[in-house]
Amino acid sequence: MPIEVVHLTHCYSEGSALRTVALNDVSFRIEDGEFVGIIGHTGSGKSTLVQHLNGLLKPSSGQVLIDGEDLNGEHVNRRVLRQRIGLVFQYPEYQLFEETVAKDIAFGPKNQGLSAAEIDERVRYAMDCVHLNYDKYAERSPFELSGGQMRRVAIAGVLAMRPSVLILDEPTAGLDPRGRDKILTMLEELHARENVTILMVSHSMDDMARLATRLIVMSEGKIVAEGTPREIFARDDMMTSIGLDVPEAARLCAALRAKGYSLPADLFMPEELKEHLLRLWKEGSAC
Amino acid sequence: MLSDTRVQVADVSFSYDEQAAPALSGVSAVIEPGSFVAVLGHNGSGKSTLAKLLNALYLPTEGNVVVCGYNTREEKYVWEIRQRAGMIFQNPDNQIVATVVREDVAFGLENLGVPTEEMIPRIESALSAVRMSSFSDKAPHMLSGGQKQRVAIAGILAMEPSVIIADEATAMLDPSGRKEVLETIRALNRQKGITVIWITHFMEEAALADRVLVMSDGEIRLSGKPAEVFDRMDEMREMHLDVPHMTSLAGELRAAGMPLRPGILTVEELAEEVERLCPLKSST
Amino acid sequence: MLTNITMGQYYPVDSRVHRLDPRIKLVLTIAFIVIVFLAKTFLGYALILGFVWLTARLANVPFRMLLRGLKPLRLIIVLTFLLNLFFTSGATLWVEFWIIRIYREGFLQAAFYSLRLVFLVIGTSLLTLTTSPVSLSDGIEILLSPLKKIHFPAHELAMMMTIALRFIPTLLEETDKIMKAQMARGADFESGNLISRAKAMVPLLVPLFVSAFRRAGDLAMAMESRCYHGGQGRTRLRVLKITRNDWIACGAVAALLALIILEGIFL
Repeated sequence: MPIEVVHLTHCYSEGSALRTVALNDVSFRIEDGEFVGIIGHTGSGKSTLVQHLNGLLKPSSGQVLIDGEDLNGEHVNRRVLRQRIGLVFQYPEYQLFEETVAKDIAFGPKNQGLSAAEIDERVRYAMDCVHLNYDKYAERSPFELSGGQMRRVAIAGVLAMRPSVLILDEPTAGLDPRGRDKILTMLEELHARENVTILMVSHSMDDMARLATRLIVMSEGKIVAEGTPREIFARDDMMTSIGLDVPEAARLCAALRAKGYSLPADLFMPEELKEHLLRLWKEGSAC
Repeated sequence: MLSDTRVQVADVSFSYDEQAAPALSGVSAVIEPGSFVAVLGHNGSGKSTLAKLLNALYLPTEGNVVVCGYNTREEKYVWEIRQRAGMIFQNPDNQIVATVVREDVAFGLENLGVPTEEMIPRIESALSAVRMSSFSDKAPHMLSGGQKQRVAIAGILAMEPSVIIADEATAMLDPSGRKEVLETIRALNRQKGITVIWITHFMEEAALADRVLVMSDGEIRLSGKPAEVFDRMDEMREMHLDVPHMTSLAGELRAAGMPLRPGILTVEELAEEVERLCPLKSST
Repeated sequence: MLTNITMGQYYPVDSRVHRLDPRIKLVLTIAFIVIVFLAKTFLGYALILGFVWLTARLANVPFRMLLRGLKPLRLIIVLTFLLNLFFTSGATLWVEFWIIRIYREGFLQAAFYSLRLVFLVIGTSLLTLTTSPVSLSDGIEILLSPLKKIHFPAHELAMMMTIALRFIPTLLEETDKIMKAQMARGADFESGNLISRAKAMVPLLVPLFVSAFRRAGDLAMAMESRCYHGGQGRTRLRVLKITRNDWIACGAVAALLALIILEGIFL
């Protein structure tokens, strides 16, 4: 179910003195099964963009096409389309409200009008995806859980709707290294196992380096670059000029290049860098 | 008592409730004046509990906490303690009380009963130290996370503390906000000699401290300079913590035989070591 | 978006009226309300209108902003007018059709009472348009402070008001976020009858309440950490001072009061 964004522009407070252009003529396409990362500094329009993809925001001009259909077209049932695109906001644990974990996760499927048996199946499926043991956690109050667990319950709530596309806005924000690792591992598995298309907005270049197959770089409401992580992180000048970092491994390469070493321009994964450095040392001299 | 600005934690234990396992057990540390000490630990390690004990927000179940010469168990000194050891918290929004920045910075001074004429220059100097003077008339909800945290710091600064305790002050900020806040605090530490106790789970931040205390399951497990602490990678990983990327890479290279020096934390340090071990052939 | 509602009606321009001491403005507003009730004739109302118009001019507030305050109450004003119009009997019958009888006296009474409502609203609007919520809260705290002797929590009330004002935009933003998150899970806040819409509010209200309580806990800790210990011994950054303009304003309202009393005696 490919998503295509065509010349999307969004202005806030249209027609007043406070008019701001949050998105300026943005176009891109996401194919089935991709894991796309959207990076950009705060205020670059990432969150605004992501809310257009499931119809929560309407474009000032331009279109959002889901599987070829205009999301904001006249005869489109937006609520149905919206359920095929799951959106997990930042700090999603703040949306939990039910008495038990199972009931909260069931909220989405219930709104989809599923039968009780189907809802139960979905809840179990979702909890399995986020590694929360059903027997241990289903009947507990979500508010008793730790922050990281609450976040996984919230993500399960979206997964229970079995969306074809999963969009996550900063899924690791505010978590400690262990919590982050759990979420990222979960997303890796989800992508591999279920072939869900994943779109992740994040500030963490290391998270992106690990998971994304393609990156979209935004700055000031526009897309300034698109490509594989390898291609994007090689362009560290561009990244610094728009206020973004590259993964530390890439920065080490840049530092070594500045000292006169010749290293492949697109090296950014720690493992490759390690191999390259070991070779460098064993050869006893620079290439 | 006047000149003692150490923070001493002596064999402190703390439980939130009698039946539960203690959040802290037998924790001891002395934090020297003017130092920048990072307290590192995963969620639940007890680091935030320790922070609240330092500010007399909680009292230890066993042991003593002595801040700037005052024991936190002595109720009558609680305001002295809190004035000398100010605290900033994780959620930037939930520590701002007033509707306008300048008035929020005044809050602590109003509580201390400082006369109005004296308040005004103190507020201005605090705002300028955190570079937020141009925002003094703005409403807090219009500020970014990093800006809000700087206002919180200004609010503490105005009270003229000897110690600033930052309880995961950057956890909810984006990378540029984190940088802003960390730089502001480091400047205060270097220029005004304010002791900083920086509670965090970010390795890169702890790497910048004078000293790191690593906590896990309510105890201090490691203590020392960042380079010493992070070199103990296996122990760190056992405690569900990571080490800075360069330290980890250096460790792997060392394991494969490359004789890198210990204590590498940053890109620059690793690059220098590589240069030392793999000298470039000169072109002559 | 929602956060541009900077608290109700405050119209942030500078003027002599804006700069008046909020305590004086509060007291004078109460006096104004009493004056409106004391007026007995349309002449009195003309005087009151003149006073309001002059004040609005001095405050740099466009008259239409004052009238905007009437919008939420237009139903009540119309109702007052119609009820008095149709159910007051008198000497001169003007219109009669079916069972409805409209007398001249009825019309005059309807006009009079509706105008009274209008002036009451405009009077309070003048206060809220020219006084920031924080100043109001300050003014109220100081006016009520003598009641501290009977343990009335004047300071605590004012502190609560300031904190509430501080968090309104933040809570509005949060409401927006929660709404969007639940809508992304298929929640429907728009369609359905009253009961189903009320039920639909649960996924919005519960997280909001949980969050508000959490904020309150965090904030209390932060306040204590900054040595907050209640109103005792607190000084203030904002110090209220009564100036000459405040006395002039008092004089003006006193003059209006005198005129209205005279009108009541002689007309």
